[in-house]
Amino acid sequence: MFISNVHASGFQSSAVETSATLPLQGTQIAAQWDQLYLFLVGLSAFFFVLVVGGMIYLAFRYRKSHSPRATYITHHHGLEALWTAIPTVLLVGIFIWGWSVYTKMIQAPGDAMEVRVVARKWNWQFQYSDGRVTLGELFVPVDKPVKLIMSSEDVIHSMFIPNFRLKQDVVPGMYTTIWFEPTITGKHQIFCTEYCGTGHSEMLAKVIVLTDEQWKTWWMGKKISATIPFAGIGGIAMPQVQASASGGAVKLSGLALEGKALFQTKTCTTCHSDDGSPKIGPSLKGVFGHKVELADGTSVQADENYLRESIENPTAKIVKGFQPIMPTFKGMMSETEMNAVISYIKSLK
Amino acid sequence: MATIEKHSPATPSGAHHYLNHGKGLWSWLTTLDHKRIGVMYLFTVLTFFLVGGLLAIAIRIELFTPGRTIMDADTYNRVFTLHGAIMVFLVIIPAIPASLGNFILPMMLGAKDVAFPRLNLASYYIYITGAVVALTSLLFGGVDTGWTFYTPYSATAGIGVVYVLCGAFIAGFSSILTGLNFIVTIHKLRAEGQHWDRLPLFCWALYATSIIQVLATPVLAITLILLVFERLTHIGIFDASLGGDPILFQHFFWFYSHPAVYIMILPAMGVISEVIPVFSRKPIFGYKAIAWSSFGIALLAFLVWGHHLFVSGQSELANFIFSLLTIFVAVPTGIKVFSWVATLYKGSIHFKVPMLYALGFLELFTIGGLTGVFLAIVSINVHLTDTYFVIAHFHYVMVGGALMAFTGGIHYWYPKITGRLYDEASGVWAFIFVIVGFNLTFFPQFIVGAQGMPRRYWNYLPEFTTLNQLSTLGSFLLLAGFVWTAFYLWRGLKHGPLAGDNPWNSLTLEWQTPSPPPHDNFAIDPIVTDWPYAYRAENEK
Repeated sequence: MFISNVHASGFQSSAVETSATLPLQGTQIAAQWDQLYLFLVGLSAFFFVLVVGGMIYLAFRYRKSHSPRATYITHHHGLEALWTAIPTVLLVGIFIWGWSVYTKMIQAPGDAMEVRVVARKWNWQFQYSDGRVTLGELFVPVDKPVKLIMSSEDVIHSMFIPNFRLKQDVVPGMYTTIWFEPTITGKHQIFCTEYCGTGHSEMLAKVIVLTDEQWKTWWMGKKISATIPFAGIGGIAMPQVQASASGGAVKLSGLALEGKALFQTKTCTTCHSDDGSPKIGPSLKGVFGHKVELADGTSVQADENYLRESIENPTAKIVKGFQPIMPTFKGMMSETEMNAVISYIKSLK
Repeated sequence: MATIEKHSPATPSGAHHYLNHGKGLWSWLTTLDHKRIGVMYLFTVLTFFLVGGLLAIAIRIELFTPGRTIMDADTYNRVFTLHGAIMVFLVIIPAIPASLGNFILPMMLGAKDVAFPRLNLASYYIYITGAVVALTSLLFGGVDTGWTFYTPYSATAGIGVVYVLCGAFIAGFSSILTGLNFIVTIHKLRAEGQHWDRLPLFCWALYATSIIQVLATPVLAITLILLVFERLTHIGIFDASLGGDPILFQHFFWFYSHPAVYIMILPAMGVISEVIPVFSRKPIFGYKAIAWSSFGIALLAFLVWGHHLFVSGQSELANFIFSLLTIFVAVPTGIKVFSWVATLYKGSIHFKVPMLYALGFLELFTIGGLTGVFLAIVSINVHLTDTYFVIAHFHYVMVGGALMAFTGGIHYWYPKITGRLYDEASGVWAFIFVIVGFNLTFFPQFIVGAQGMPRRYWNYLPEFTTLNQLSTLGSFLLLAGFVWTAFYLWRGLKHGPLAGDNPWNSLTLEWQTPSPPPHDNFAIDPIVTDWPYAYRAENEK
């Protein structure tokens, strides 16, 4: 255990404005999200008063006892044009604003620290680049971008971090990603938000945002002496529902090194080299992040999902100049092993 | 009221009508009369509404405290799945079209029946068969997948899910055939002089609904059958471990189920468009805009399914397109809402129970619609989706919209169907319970959702407790309102004062014949000479 599991009292940074109805703003993007959300709340309140207030006023103003005879009115083209045009313009404006926030949410900085997430019934496992694995607690440094590369071992789960206004489904058979740059140290709640059976509502975890010093200590594999307060939701302290599982067992080798060992034991080396020389299959040196020419004349950008597909369903995309003879490794590697092998291939620059 | 009651004869109007046309249970079970089929649908739908409603109360009691209150997680998961599946497939989808629509649509057109009466009866039995097959799952331990049946979870869950899928598959054909029947009826059986621009808006709404039913429901059927095959033969369409794509299921499912949302709400809008002019004694404002906006909504219905998949892992380009298309749903919807409110201007408002429900609909549907704009925006959706914010949003639309209009419609056409009046004072009080109870149940869910409480959670963090308890309290008020409503409507069947043929002085055709209507609806085929909203001074009594 690296972190003592205390129930912190109300932790709230005075630098952060929080709204009573929203969770803590744990990132810069959360603040931008809140601005748009609160604008929509204001706009909705305006239209609600206009429509429902107008309805109540008109209904009472023209009630039978005050208005025994109705006036014969069928339509008014000007008015109808107006209440078609004004909402259209407003909606397009909101859409553009919303999209501009979304582009920030999905564009991870190139230097983001990568952590691999494996979801399963019913816990969250985090794999770091040095090979260490934590369960139920994701350790990250403050003010540094972090990218999560996520996959599932069984059914669809969803990673939801309310304080970061982030959510992304975690799907078996593919990688999905999110990124964040936390601005507040402390523990931030993670929920599973895609229904996954009996333990769905207990499939919880925490993002533990450490100060620079704490991070260096943790990354060196040492125990942190300070207690980490729970940032909570909306700045309200609450008891932890799930006991923290493990602070992270340090492994000697990095994730890529682990992958290198698997590359041998899973007999990948029979057909694939790591030095650029083609064997039965193409060499895997310098593949990641580059364009790969395929046999059918098209090309594909080699990303996480391409590598995964090439391992699980090798005949889906055949590299130009090679035969479709590789067997599938689907079901022969755990998610954790898959992550290690892909990390290794990524490291072959 | 009591004095009138004393003079009530044993049968309303004392005449020959559809209720005494044939005697005994068999005459009902084999009837080809659209009115009787409508009444059978009405009773069946209300029975399922009772079951689904009690399941909802069980959910709210369980969520009164974090952790276990009355049931364990596995039971809870089965209860919310059953609640959702019953309410969507067996209550809201057939509610207005199959019950009120069946009864009223042919009469509004001046017709003796729907175009295919035998097909109409077959639809009812197909619906019942689907319901029975779906409920058979209870014998196999129930279903815990949620009504959305997402793969791969549903591909691995208990065998009961196969029965629910088959049940929904079968019930879908009932929906398709009813839609087909209505389209042909509207095209071929309109009265002489009832040009398209004289068609009541309820008929326009049912027409738009029917198009969606006929075009979208087959996709659901295909999807459900693929999932059944997947389970039985492991062919690997959706299951990633067999090489399938789990997100493909979500695309297929929502390609039907998003349009299905409009199958639920368009008929409700049709009811509101009838009730508001009658109780304002004034033409509906912007008849053409309301009629055409139904088709605008029906068209958009097919183009926005991807907004259910913003965080599923679908491409960013898809998110862009679906978000952009989705926001435009607010435009035709807004046109309708503004037109309904404008109808009140310089009217002569009668605060009768159906009108109260129409005004209540406007309040709830406005909230449901505005919060829909939040969810249409991708960035905002990311935080709110799969939380209680979404639960609140679709209950405001589905219950606040569709079921409020259904309840209002039942009150509006009650005298037509039964020949009697319900107790007005009880109706007003029950309405107050329903509207207050509804808002208390679901408004706190917007807040707890924005705070981060996920949906389908049996257990929740202690800080969400207060809002959940308010919600549970509200659900009891809502229950009280509906129980009271059931009571006075039931009592009115025997003890209500006679309504007369046209107690609301409506101008649509169904009211221009005795209440309850004779077996053939009209003694003489009606001829339409004016549009149905001509509430001019000379037409007022």
